[in-house]
Amino acid sequence: MSNEILKLHYDIATGDYLKAGEASSNIKKALMQLGVDNKIIRRVCVASYEAEINIVIHSLGGYMDMNIYEDRIEIVAADVGPGISDVALAMTVGYSTATQGAREMGFGAGMGLPNIKNNCDELTVDSSAGGSTTITMKIYFK
Amino acid sequence: MKVREINELLNTGPVICCDDDMEFDIKFGFASDLMSDVLALANHDVVLITGLTNIQTIRTAEMKDIKWIIFVRGKVPDDITVELAKENGINILCTKETMFRTCGILFDHGLRGAEINR
Repeated sequence: MSNEILKLHYDIATGDYLKAGEASSNIKKALMQLGVDNKIIRRVCVASYEAEINIVIHSLGGYMDMNIYEDRIEIVAADVGPGISDVALAMTVGYSTATQGAREMGFGAGMGLPNIKNNCDELTVDSSAGGSTTITMKIYFK
Repeated sequence: MKVREINELLNTGPVICCDDDMEFDIKFGFASDLMSDVLALANHDVVLITGLTNIQTIRTAEMKDIKWIIFVRGKVPDDITVELAKENGINILCTKETMFRTCGILFDHGLRGAEINR
């Protein structure tokens, strides 16, 4: 286990479309200050922003943690429910359960989890119907 | 394609914010009202053409390092959206043209489409 360089924590409120994206914006600024490569930053930002939006539009609330290690950036997005009943289906391009309110904000393309997967080196989605969801995203500096 | 050319072709009026560099050269275009489709873009040196004028359009552009947005169908962003665009150095143009016509006009004059990651 390599040493942790920086750890950031953000609480994410459900349904707050005005603040949605602030955590990812702060993560981007922190990575820019550290001089991380722009291509890596863009990958982190897409994964982080999609995960943050998922918490806002689908969950009852949660948090995001970003940890920077010597070799990688790790983001954990976790919520308190209501869980994903079929994770494989949720990973399908075009599949969406977004509400009308979320769609009016430009979400519900069914690209959230696929976009996260495309921008991570490692992704785990731990969820069950009625329970919480924890998404762990790892992006290596390489 | 220069911003000046886009301005003339679409009759966009002045850049709402923030950069008035009309000689800036834009490489690609991408049109969508769905922000996750924008997040799937392979390119970042694009002009985003959209009818979605809310704050999440700016957040999406921020995440992808997109610096130019054209709001179509006569849509005008509210003050909060403009303020966030200013904070992030994102430039906004507005046109009364529809999205389809905007894309058609720009394509007809040489702007090409951006790729998306699959």
